[in-house]
Amino acid sequence: MQKSKVGLDFQRVAHAKQVAANIAAEVQQFVNNYTTVAVERTICRLLGVDNVDENEVPLPNILVEQLKEKGALGEGILFFLGNAMVETGLQPQEIAEKIADGQLNITQLPVHNRSEIEKKLQPVIDQSIVIIKERRLRRENYLNTIGEGTKPYLYVIVATGNIYEDVVQAQAAARQGADIIAVIRTTGQSLLDYVPYGATTEGFGGTFATQENFRIMRKALDEVSEEVGRYIRLCNYCSGLCMPEIAVMGAFEGLDVMLNDALYGILFRDINMQRTLVDQYFSRIINGFAGVIINTGEDNYLTTADAFEQAHTVLASDCINEQLALMAGLPEEQMGLGHAFEMDPQLENGFLYELAQAQMTREIFPNAPLKYMPPTKFMTGNIFKGHIQDALFNMIGIWTNQGIQLLGMPTEAIHTPFMSDRYLSIENAKYIFGNMKNIGDEMEFKEGGIIRKRAQKVLDDTIELLEKLEKEGLFTALEKGIFGDVKRSKTGGKGLDGVAPKGENYFNSFVDLMKLKI
Amino acid sequence: MSGGLYSMEGKDFDQTLDLKKIKPYGDTMNDGKAQLSFTLPVPCSDEAVEAAKQLLRKWGFDNPQVVYYKELTNGFTFFNCYGNCQQTVDFTSIHVPKVESDVMDMHECDAFVKEHIGRKVIVVGASTGTDAHTVGIDAIMNMKGYAGHYGLERYEMFEALNMGSQVPNEEIVAKAIELKADAILVSQTVTQKDVHIKNLVELVEMLEAEGLRDKIILCCGGPRITHELAQELGYDAGFGMNSFADNVASFIVQELAKRK
Repeated sequence: MQKSKVGLDFQRVAHAKQVAANIAAEVQQFVNNYTTVAVERTICRLLGVDNVDENEVPLPNILVEQLKEKGALGEGILFFLGNAMVETGLQPQEIAEKIADGQLNITQLPVHNRSEIEKKLQPVIDQSIVIIKERRLRRENYLNTIGEGTKPYLYVIVATGNIYEDVVQAQAAARQGADIIAVIRTTGQSLLDYVPYGATTEGFGGTFATQENFRIMRKALDEVSEEVGRYIRLCNYCSGLCMPEIAVMGAFEGLDVMLNDALYGILFRDINMQRTLVDQYFSRIINGFAGVIINTGEDNYLTTADAFEQAHTVLASDCINEQLALMAGLPEEQMGLGHAFEMDPQLENGFLYELAQAQMTREIFPNAPLKYMPPTKFMTGNIFKGHIQDALFNMIGIWTNQGIQLLGMPTEAIHTPFMSDRYLSIENAKYIFGNMKNIGDEMEFKEGGIIRKRAQKVLDDTIELLEKLEKEGLFTALEKGIFGDVKRSKTGGKGLDGVAPKGENYFNSFVDLMKLKI
Repeated sequence: MSGGLYSMEGKDFDQTLDLKKIKPYGDTMNDGKAQLSFTLPVPCSDEAVEAAKQLLRKWGFDNPQVVYYKELTNGFTFFNCYGNCQQTVDFTSIHVPKVESDVMDMHECDAFVKEHIGRKVIVVGASTGTDAHTVGIDAIMNMKGYAGHYGLERYEMFEALNMGSQVPNEEIVAKAIELKADAILVSQTVTQKDVHIKNLVELVEMLEAEGLRDKIILCCGGPRITHELAQELGYDAGFGMNSFADNVASFIVQELAKRK
């Protein structure tokens, strides 16, 4: 039996997880019956369809748009594309190009039988499975040979807008000690219902996520990994309207970490909940198969809701996200569940409460590489105080053995990080992580003290909330504004028109091939 | 530190404060002391340190001191520096446009509305365009507010709707028409490549096209927004850092009363 430093009752924890599993199962029942334009475009990419037409429209969009226009989205692209391959003898990319030229309508071809279609698809499907497996092996080989940094991994962002400039910043950060480089996406990309193509040099507050940009950055990080003798992970975002599509691009190009959270998209990007929960399921199957660590976005709740009062909503959401991930075959070791250090610095004993919650989260998800977010809400532009806020955050990171430490920047709330900001933050974290390395092994918390009481209270509140959610269902809870004080309706938000119930001919062979058995 | 703990510098300058010629203050009037940090795109070397000092001189600093330097990555060196600023400004001739209204707290605002307007004030707000940051608009509008200043949702005499982030300008205009809003609040946090300017101007143009610009109080806010900038762009008021709901509400209610 696991022993809790904060006096958690693990039977209560197991109960919380069971309730979360029931909530997730209800969502999953819904998800199983639907597909989306993003899921179908993902399948196009898995069949080797890439590139754009003369108007810069990606060919996967052109293909799926044809289905949607004919009201045939629910039958699925695999059926139509496979059927077209049998009928025309062409490869998926050639078919896509013909459709883009207006020469072919794959919804009106004679229908061949299912076994013939599947046989024709098999070699193409196998090919992409092999590419992803090889990518995964390549990472594992690096980890087994040159190794990696110790946890908590130091995670920093680059956000210049220009992928080539990002490379300079990322390599510099790796040399300074960063373990994970996240390339922040350009503002607004989450709301694009397509993925841009090629290398990009223009972005606002970040750089477009494109497959080519992924390739350029992964290559640069391979180089610097070998130079510093430590595997440097690359992080991007498969959230927004293209979750599974970006997941598959990442799987092809060897990305290591992906932001991947439908709840975040619903609450903070106003993406339709039906759309994004269906998208999330397939994206997590892909991430699981590719060995990618996902990051969830619970920390963001605390940027709109109060971090002290609403701590239990973070834990409840982590519990649900864990169960949704398990249902998609994503192992615990790849779950970077999110939480944050966001209490008001004026709060007396705030550090103790943060410590209690971080230790509690660690114990509730013992195998997950928890993603711990730095203070942002109360960063003021006073860079000197901000550096100290980040130091307190780092102390808790090492003390409670977090998995992924998103380094706070003293210049948070001023600008996207300068090269020197990143250096100062990495120096701060390395100093504290080294100087306080084993503090967690040495310190115990007083029976009946502030820290134990806090952890137990948050768990109790979480269970109460989860039980309420179980009665109402997740969709209703989101409509009522349970998370982050944000209300979203089931039929509101962006992307609902890209959802369709699965039809009689629908099949997606990739789910069976990629979903890991847990 | 090579400079030693005690300042041995001579202090043979005029130490009386002259508001017509102010300069930075370290520990003695008119010493001009300032701290700077920056990175130069050159390898760490004696030449790099000399380059940093020369830059400080060009910026108008005497006695430039590089107190710390470190190569961040190949070809980039970071510096922490001090120098004595020789430039001065005339503080007596400075004029900064400000939001001209008395700042009242929540209760005073509510009382003011009851007395001078006699109905609830309707406000819609959002972080518009591609901007995904809600910290600013939430601080002003949400019930809880920020740093002890309640947000507009908590005001008894305000009907406040926070539309959240990434709201297209058309949507906030449509909502303002639907609710017959007295005021629109726009928050802009992302300012890279002046994306906020384009977005703010677009909203003004849209309201003008609808014939609404004069009928609505239009305010913008954000860490890089000033009242002066807001007015240049055609807004009634702009709120920068350290503005709270009190500032915004006070302006709106007094402006509304004035226009009645």
